[in-house]
Amino acid sequence: MGDYRIIGRKQTKVDGLAKSLGATKYADDLFLPRMLHVKLLRADVAHARVVSIDVSAAAAMPGVHATLVGSELPEKFGILPVSQDEHTLCPDTVRFVGDPVAAVAAVDEDTAFEAIQAIRVEYEPLPAVFDPAVAMRNDVPALHDYGDDGNVHKRVSMEFGDVDGALAGADLVLDDTVFFQGNTHLAMEQHATLANPEPDGRLTVWSSTQTPHYLHKAMSKVLGLKPARIRIIACPNGGGFGGKSDPFNHELAVAALALKTGRPCKICLTREEVFYCHRGRHPVLMNSRMGLNKDGSITGLHFQSLLDGGAYGSYGVASTYYTGALQTVTYRVPVYRFDGVRTFTNKPPCGPKRGHGTVQPRFALEIQMDKAAHALGLDPAAFRLANLQPPDSVTANWLKIRTMGLRKCTEKVIEASGWNDRYGKLPRGHGLGLACSSYITGAGLPIYWNRMPHSGVQLKLDRGGGVTAFCGATDIGQGSDTVLAACVAEILGIELLDVHVCVSDTTLTPVDLGSYSSRVTLMMGNAAIQAAERARDLLADAAAEKLEVPKGRLVFADNTVLDSEDPERSMSFQQAIVFAEAKFGTIGTVGSYTPPKTPGRYRGAGVGPTPTYSYSACVVELHADEDTGRVDVDRIWIAHDIGQAINHYLAIGQVEGGVYMGLGEALMEEMAYRPRRAGVHKIPSMLEYKSPTTMEMPPVETFLIEDPDPEGPFGAKEAGQGPLLPVMPAVANAVFDALGVRVDQCPITPELIVQAMENPDKRSGPKSYPDLRIEKPVRVKTAEEGGDGYEVDQVRKKKQLARERRTDEQKTTQ
Amino acid sequence: MTLRRIAKRLLVNGEEHEVSFLPHRTLLEVLREDMALTGTKHGCELGECGTCTVLLDGEPVLSCLVLARECEGREIETVEGLAGASGPHPLQHRFAELNAAQCGYCTPGMLMTAMSVLRKTPAPDRETLRRELAGNLCRCTGYLKIYEAIEMAAEDLQDG
Amino acid sequence: MMRLPTFAYNAPADAAEITRILHEEGPAAQVVAGGTDLFPNMKRRQVEPETVVSLYRATALRGIEWDTDGSLRIGPTETLRALERDARLKEDFPALHAAIVSISTPLLRSTGTLGGNLCLDTRCQYLNQNYEWRRAINHCLKCTGDTCWTAPGGTKCWAVNSSDSVPVMIAMGAKLVLQSTEGEREVDAEDFYDIEDGRDWLKKRPDELLTGIRIPKQNGSRSTYMKLRRRDAFDFPVLGVAATLETDGDVITEAKIVLNSVGPAPVRCTEAEQSLIGKKLTDEAIEEAKDLSRKGAKPLDNTDYLPNYRKKMVPVFVKRALLSLR
Ligand SMILES: Cc1cc2nc3c(=O)[nH]c(=O)nc-3n(C[C@H](O)[C@H](O)[C@H](O)COP(=O)(O)OP(=O)(O)OC[C@H]3O[C@@H](n4cnc5c(N)ncnc54)[C@H](O)[C@@H]3O)c2cc1C
Ligand code: FES
Ligand code: FES
Repeated sequence: MGDYRIIGRKQTKVDGLAKSLGATKYADDLFLPRMLHVKLLRADVAHARVVSIDVSAAAAMPGVHATLVGSELPEKFGILPVSQDEHTLCPDTVRFVGDPVAAVAAVDEDTAFEAIQAIRVEYEPLPAVFDPAVAMRNDVPALHDYGDDGNVHKRVSMEFGDVDGALAGADLVLDDTVFFQGNTHLAMEQHATLANPEPDGRLTVWSSTQTPHYLHKAMSKVLGLKPARIRIIACPNGGGFGGKSDPFNHELAVAALALKTGRPCKICLTREEVFYCHRGRHPVLMNSRMGLNKDGSITGLHFQSLLDGGAYGSYGVASTYYTGALQTVTYRVPVYRFDGVRTFTNKPPCGPKRGHGTVQPRFALEIQMDKAAHALGLDPAAFRLANLQPPDSVTANWLKIRTMGLRKCTEKVIEASGWNDRYGKLPRGHGLGLACSSYITGAGLPIYWNRMPHSGVQLKLDRGGGVTAFCGATDIGQGSDTVLAACVAEILGIELLDVHVCVSDTTLTPVDLGSYSSRVTLMMGNAAIQAAERARDLLADAAAEKLEVPKGRLVFADNTVLDSEDPERSMSFQQAIVFAEAKFGTIGTVGSYTPPKTPGRYRGAGVGPTPTYSYSACVVELHADEDTGRVDVDRIWIAHDIGQAINHYLAIGQVEGGVYMGLGEALMEEMAYRPRRAGVHKIPSMLEYKSPTTMEMPPVETFLIEDPDPEGPFGAKEAGQGPLLPVMPAVANAVFDALGVRVDQCPITPELIVQAMENPDKRSGPKSYPDLRIEKPVRVKTAEEGGDGYEVDQVRKKKQLARERRTDEQKTTQ
Repeated sequence: MTLRRIAKRLLVNGEEHEVSFLPHRTLLEVLREDMALTGTKHGCELGECGTCTVLLDGEPVLSCLVLARECEGREIETVEGLAGASGPHPLQHRFAELNAAQCGYCTPGMLMTAMSVLRKTPAPDRETLRRELAGNLCRCTGYLKIYEAIEMAAEDLQDG
Repeated sequence: MMRLPTFAYNAPADAAEITRILHEEGPAAQVVAGGTDLFPNMKRRQVEPETVVSLYRATALRGIEWDTDGSLRIGPTETLRALERDARLKEDFPALHAAIVSISTPLLRSTGTLGGNLCLDTRCQYLNQNYEWRRAINHCLKCTGDTCWTAPGGTKCWAVNSSDSVPVMIAMGAKLVLQSTEGEREVDAEDFYDIEDGRDWLKKRPDELLTGIRIPKQNGSRSTYMKLRRRDAFDFPVLGVAATLETDGDVITEAKIVLNSVGPAPVRCTEAEQSLIGKKLTDEAIEEAKDLSRKGAKPLDNTDYLPNYRKKMVPVFVKRALLSLR
């Protein structure tokens, strides 16, 4: 571990006091003179053609300034270039209860509410589908006119090595079908957006978004305004967790109404509407077949997933790949096959939630690992440790593993929980469960394929000694503002508060792709380090000249620049800036970061790679009531391989927060619908969608495993998402230890536990897995088999692939 | 029904304000929209999350379910009033320091509840905190750093 | 932001004036105490009273008073928080105390009142939703529609009595004082909820005001309250069991077992109660009472948890309640 003054220490985060003083301005805290209030009218049918919309009565109401309908904004948008399937307001078809069809801007929210009730919409009902297995059938009308076929949005199949052979040759094959119910982010802040038409014809938009850059793109496309005329400012998010990562209807509608009325327009969604925005965890039905040898090694894995995508694409193509991609990065799986299908259904769209796409398959895998250990008569912890994927290796599906802290993580939680003495030995009703996991530290590829950096930082050095760091990253509570300041301050030897951060403003700051995929600390951090090193270099030049010391001997620390051999020869940091500015002119530097290339070159190789994987291991101790099925979690031990913590408290906060959210998913959170009642969301409220309170939260013991990764800034890896992943399977495995029943479904509810107690096979969960109609997988030889990362029998295609990428790039950079 | 604003004298954070607002407004709405005190947040407006907590005569209440007009003559305290002449309240310092305010959205409500607890119980134990904070949902922290921050602030206060 | 609809507002300082307004305005007026039930319902436009009559100035409706005989009178607008802090109430009426502290959250209990809890509107997942949501299901029987979506075949509303204190009050034989322009009457708590349909959830005329709650001294009896819900804060009961036993030596002389949140009205488990009389609280007696308690509870799919699970939990909870009284 490096000897740092700021990095890894217990520093108060830069925005901490503003938040605890109530001074931080979130989007709904902004008010402008003459501001109008916007409300959206949302569909009350699950699937229908919009025959007509009559807004005349609403428009005539006193206080109503403008109405907006879908036909006024025909351009579609969506987060992924391949899924541009959303309209600001549905012009011709609504696809779920909650899909917006019209909007009103009025003097106040009460009037806007009354006005939307006065809008008359005539619908022609279409058959609605709520079950992905049914959605896949040929006789069910398709929601969209794109995708892989019918309601199959995306079908993926790839095979790395001979999996059938490996399973056939195994001593034991486990075949498990597992279901993970959908759930949502439930950030405390309800999405809000304020749009202001500027006097010069430009547009400024403040929004609770995690991805101002992508909102900028969508806004420009839909409104037909040049990006240069639009300024998006992402306000500090009152929680995101992935739920504010898509461009949303309300953001575009508010902007359009601001342009239409010439007045600032604001919306703050109701909690119910936030449930309709959703983009949360996909419900995924999974089947996993794992081959095992008696010696306890894994011979191969065939993993299948069926994702219930909801009504729109969102990040769904990426989500689909993610349900397969990371099954190989924790334990050595020599050959691997993955088949995944995402379907459209008439429900709010699913998307990325903390752990995007990898959470559900991790749940299935870790339960299966537990079952495998028991089937082989091995201790689940020892079995896992014996199968770890080695560091500095390449997986069957061509993912590059760099540092790998899972051994240390596992050993740590085993030790702390007293696993070896207690597992399998607690009194009936009490149990321990272990699970491990991994997550990416930023996606290896951007959403729009291009060669530009994923994150950029600019520094402006002030004659007064202050440094301003500009970056497009958005603080959603994870503390990215502090990470930015910390990286710069560490390099320049100044204090955290000497760095002013100016972030997430598409006009003022260089692009950072957004606060998703756990990318910000690593990518922004590296960019910040580069910019700071460049600035330090300029200052060092000037200081060396002035102090008459060789530049290489200068040290930047405690707001001074000094000679490491003769500390008396020094000047203040501010003086160094003054000399540098005199020497070079105005001082500003830039830094940027682009992730390394991935060895996988096959179709689909873009999802899964990352600069480096984080690892976590978790032991849950609980007691479960066999009559009521009630589970009380007593304690959780979690170790997280973070590479290097940038700020101790931020890192701990992410881990504890991840555990909390994981616990909610494990025990109680689920998106439920009423298919027989128009497909309404069953429980769109804070009361009925169950989020754990203090009463459900157990003590958590957190261990940060620090083993700096060469790719990370100061060696740092992510912590924002990874620590959530092991919690749900650890709970399931602990329930088994407590009661001897398997709940192959998440959340692990009292109902399911009671059911498992009653079932002869002591199990509850899904019974069967449907035929996904996969024809031919993409075949790729593994590295061990001498593969090159390309698809087999498609050598010819390599060149074509490269060509396609180049054209894509041209397209998206235009 | 014609909507005429009503004028009331509201005692907020020790200062009396003459405020006019629509008669059916809740305290939450009046604080945020008529008095520009946006420190008080909201997450449901139905009593289901605790984000909007303020103190009314020293008791933590859900400002989304209290009629503003019924607050006349009562003492209202919001997050904006916690800091004193000597700077932020120890609770605020500790929340900032320990990262007990991650996204910060539940924080004002959390602080107000914590404040009411500390006034009654200068050295609260975990179980007390757990029970008293059960009505303030937080999606970021898992509550653990919030407990620690309150405990440390309690010590700060006792040390003077 | 969910906002209240508009309404005319009155806050008289005395009960007579309140009942006068209630009498004049009829069902168009609604009383509000803490507002923690009424205001969310209004914000969702489930109810839109033309007039809201607030009790907050009627100080005479507050208070906790012990009579010399050990019985208790509570003013309906006493907050749950104040009751929860009352040491004697906790000591003498532990089941009531347990019910009160289990209500939602400390924040809600600061303003929520006991009277409001006793008059709590019935609840249903098809009802407690925003206006737009209810429009999508074409509204329900309790609120402008013509079908109860919980049981679409029938003609009645199945919204659930979800109050924590109600079953305890019935088990303790509490009496409620109602005042109207016609005078005062006292009803047994049990009769107050003797209803069939979730639409008229109280046996009370709209012009009647609850002005007092009297709980008789519990003669050497033991009492308990148990609540099924998913989270230990916020959540309404989806099964509540209150039980009281009076004994002579070891022998049970009187037993009351009251279930709540399993239908529009609380349910007395009379057969189970009868089975206990004259017996000691042995394992066998508990088993028998437990089995008999299954009758009467009709949980349907309109609250949290699957109805089938809630039904299974009735005997489990009754058994545990009785065990806790040993
Ligand atoms: C998120 C949430 C969770 C909740 N959880 C629970 C729970 O766990 N258990 C539970 O029991 N309740 C719960 N409640 C319901 C409610 O808040 C409480 O029951 C509370 O006690 C109601 O009291 P109040 O004074 O606020 O009622 P109000 O809203 O003022 O009144 C409720 C009803 O009673 C009528 N009323 C009130 N006082 C009188 C009177 N004196 N005479 C005649 N009619 C009167 C009103 O007209 C209204 O119809 C919850 C509410 C919310 C919002
Ligand atoms: S805003 Fe959620 S309780 Fe008031
Ligand atoms: S800090 Fe984000 S909700 Fe509590």
